[in-house]
Amino acid sequence: MEQFFKKEEPDGYKPRIVGVMLTVLALFGVLLLRLIYLQIVMGEEYYRLSMNNSIRLQTVDPPRGLILDRYGTRLAENRPSFDVNFTPKDAGDAGRVLNELSLYLQSPAEELLAKVKHSRGLAAFKPVLLKQDIGRDVLAALEARRVDLPGVSVQVRLRRNYLQAMNASHVIGYLGEISLEELKSGDHPGLRSGDAIGKFGVERTFDNYLRGEPGGRQVEVNANGQVMRVLQTVAARPGHNVVLTIDRELQQRAEELLDGVAGAAVAVDPANGHILALVSSPTFNPNSFVSGIASEAWEALVSHPFRPLENKAIQGEYPPGSTFKIVTALAGLEEKAIDETTAFECAGALHFAGRDYRCWKREGHGRVDVRRALAESCDVFFYRTGQRLGVDRLAWYAKACGLGARTGVGLDQEARGLIPSSTWKKKRFGVPWQEGETLSVSIGQGYNLTTPLQMALLAAAVGNGGIRYRPLILQRVETVEGEVVFQAAHQEAGRLPISPRNLKIVQEGIWAAVNGERGTARRVHLSDIEIAGKTGTSQVVGRKDSGDDYTPPHLRPHAWFVCYAPAAAPKLAVAVVVENGEHGSSAAGPIAREMVKTFLRKVPDAQRLAGDGVKVVAGNG
Amino acid sequence: MIDRRLIHNFDWGLLMVVMLLGAVGLTTVYSAVTADPPPAAQKVLFYKQMIWFTLGFIVMTASFSFSYRVLDRWAHPIYVVCVLLLLGVVVFGKLAGGSRRWLVLGPVHLQPSELIKIAMVLVLAKYFSKGSDPRGFNLRELIRPMLMTGLPFALIVIQPDLGTAGLVALIAVTMALFVKVERRALTLLVTSAGALVPLVWSLLKDYQKQRILTFLNPDQDPLGAGYHIIQSKIAIGSGMISGKGYLQGTQNALSFLPEEHTDFIFSVLAEEWGAVGSIGVLLLLLVLILWGLNIAHRCRDPFGNILAIGITALLGWQVMINVGMTMGLMPVVGVPLPLISYGGSSTLTVAICIGLLMNISMRRFLVE
Repeated sequence: MEQFFKKEEPDGYKPRIVGVMLTVLALFGVLLLRLIYLQIVMGEEYYRLSMNNSIRLQTVDPPRGLILDRYGTRLAENRPSFDVNFTPKDAGDAGRVLNELSLYLQSPAEELLAKVKHSRGLAAFKPVLLKQDIGRDVLAALEARRVDLPGVSVQVRLRRNYLQAMNASHVIGYLGEISLEELKSGDHPGLRSGDAIGKFGVERTFDNYLRGEPGGRQVEVNANGQVMRVLQTVAARPGHNVVLTIDRELQQRAEELLDGVAGAAVAVDPANGHILALVSSPTFNPNSFVSGIASEAWEALVSHPFRPLENKAIQGEYPPGSTFKIVTALAGLEEKAIDETTAFECAGALHFAGRDYRCWKREGHGRVDVRRALAESCDVFFYRTGQRLGVDRLAWYAKACGLGARTGVGLDQEARGLIPSSTWKKKRFGVPWQEGETLSVSIGQGYNLTTPLQMALLAAAVGNGGIRYRPLILQRVETVEGEVVFQAAHQEAGRLPISPRNLKIVQEGIWAAVNGERGTARRVHLSDIEIAGKTGTSQVVGRKDSGDDYTPPHLRPHAWFVCYAPAAAPKLAVAVVVENGEHGSSAAGPIAREMVKTFLRKVPDAQRLAGDGVKVVAGNG
Repeated sequence: MIDRRLIHNFDWGLLMVVMLLGAVGLTTVYSAVTADPPPAAQKVLFYKQMIWFTLGFIVMTASFSFSYRVLDRWAHPIYVVCVLLLLGVVVFGKLAGGSRRWLVLGPVHLQPSELIKIAMVLVLAKYFSKGSDPRGFNLRELIRPMLMTGLPFALIVIQPDLGTAGLVALIAVTMALFVKVERRALTLLVTSAGALVPLVWSLLKDYQKQRILTFLNPDQDPLGAGYHIIQSKIAIGSGMISGKGYLQGTQNALSFLPEEHTDFIFSVLAEEWGAVGSIGVLLLLLVLILWGLNIAHRCRDPFGNILAIGITALLGWQVMINVGMTMGLMPVVGVPLPLISYGGSSTLTVAICIGLLMNISMRRFLVE
């Protein structure tokens, strides 16, 4: 006996087996009881449900968040749309029902049948969407004939509605059905095919905020597919509202001004980088994308010579023309290639390497210093400055001013622009840099490319004393109850590489361009608001020697204007480009001027500032 | 040379229970795959399952033809290989339905998370069989088994396959409790685990929390898991007492059931055979589990004893989780029903389990 215990004690597992067996029996007992409950107690109820196959699933779509401008004006909202669905399983004689339905929907029965057949892969109890957004009269007719149309159901869904059809389309963007690639990418785990997703603009960039989460309903339907009772509901979580930095009024005004031409206009708040307007012209109507765009309409948009689908404000790359002289001037001053007293003689051209590099003013400017060169846009002055700097020093300054790199605004396919340097050219073309090219680059021609947004931000930085802000399009995100989920903070992207003293010289130069007697932008002058700005004319083809030939419209130079106002304490910085507009002062300048007027005359300054809660950054000089 | 006593001691009863369950499984898989349109393509799955059963029979025979005691020596290498395969899944695994569970080796699609269950039972049995103080294993002694469980657990969680990960943890906990854990260590572990939950929870991202909540409460996702559960309950309940008859299940035929040949096979069975059939099969599964426990009970060798407990826990928990899930008692997870569900890796795993149980059973009197 004693021996037995000794042997058993170290691995005394045996008695525990009994405990395990009892646990197993208890657990199986639970399973058995559940089985008896389901099959015997509830059996008949479940049998009935299975015979009808009457449990249906309905997705409850979340309302998509609104898109609002900075003052809360609605840019995008949702409206109810009545969609006709058809459930083959509930229809009985599907052919007859579809025939009758085709009368109401005014689409051929074959087309409807094709849609039903097309989705045959799905089980027969799944509703097929036949027609979206029927009118209320059709709805009334359908509801009245409901009994004769088994399997037909009308679902109320929310449809995106862009209130100002043609306004801010490039900023707001549009929705579309999720594509196969987007589904496969795994970036949108909650989405199924057929769901709408932001495809462009803010709708796309902030899709995760706007979308919300779908809810669902399990319902029991009768033999005609009508809902008899709701078994279970999970509410949808509505999408968040997105408040943009856009000022709808300014945006709309700029769009009117650019109507009929190809071009772009950008307005930013120099104190924080808020984008007040981002216009690309011509525009399109995002509402036409909501239920899938018709192929002819799409064709018309893609083949339009002015490329309406392109967001020229951030995707358009244009030679900056004379607006680039701002960069050349500040680089020259800071590198001591010139100072405020340096003067060059302009005789209408600079002879270099056996060639004449012309100034736009054939008779020449005479002796000009940097302020006058900026005001009167003297090319020869900047040729000489560029020569002293060399292309690589100039490129360094241009890049430090935020050119040649994406601004990080977060919208679709932002372009980088291009700032050429000698190593870039060697790499790109395999040939060394020619000094003559430096001359072209100094006045913003040649390889230089910038986007309107980049130039607006440059003007803002010059105006606010040298701080380069990251552009913001999103101000904050709120839940439908108004709780703030995300609040954008303005962010410095860098500083202009220039001393306050030298910056002031540049500021004075471009102030004189608008307000001076011989400034190139005199037409932009306003009596009550001081604007500081720079015109630009960027060559599409090389400048011709004789200017009186006829130039076909698509080869005419692009017109630029960049400015900020009021000059002393800027509240707005603007860049405008008009494709093939020829002269900055006549084509682009007045648009910028009108934008300034609209924005600064709209509300008394104090009120505007109080609303924004931001202070204008004073120059650090 | 085969010892005559081995044949004499062979567990014919266990073989019979297994063959019965296997037959039920094959017929149900046939019903599940043929009811689903289009039948021609689906029928292939039935023939595939016949092949798996044949292979399973061979694997089972192989698993009892050597003495299980050599596994004491082989436990660690087997474990290492399985963990490497799991790592392979993480790196090279085939992405299907949002998770990586499969390793594609030529024509073979391997699911290492199935194999690791056995490997883990082996290493834990080896470790626990070395014995402890009569008061049970203390905290320090438990560190190794916890690491041995934690590694595959973590690798399966990131696939992600929360069901199998949970199963792995359940098996390990069952074995540890069986060999006895020191009272102090037990209290400490339970309380620290309880304290860890809110901490881990606060570190998770919102979508991860949502996923876990849906996992625990499928009703929150009425279009996905919740829908499957209600359809499965309708299938089972509508079988009533005598069932709708073989191949007559309407829930099954109209594809209301998801994964009707794998995870939800029990619903097909219950719909077609009613309470008579489903309770019968459930009792047969109960007999299998109790049989396994009896084998553990009669084994004199600690390693064999604990090994048998671990294997039985593996089979038992799978039955509980799978059947519980189809009836809405458990969250919806991809855990197959042993011997009934369609599936290659899972059939072979179960075959190894049964073979090892037979192995322990027939060598219970042989003390080397």
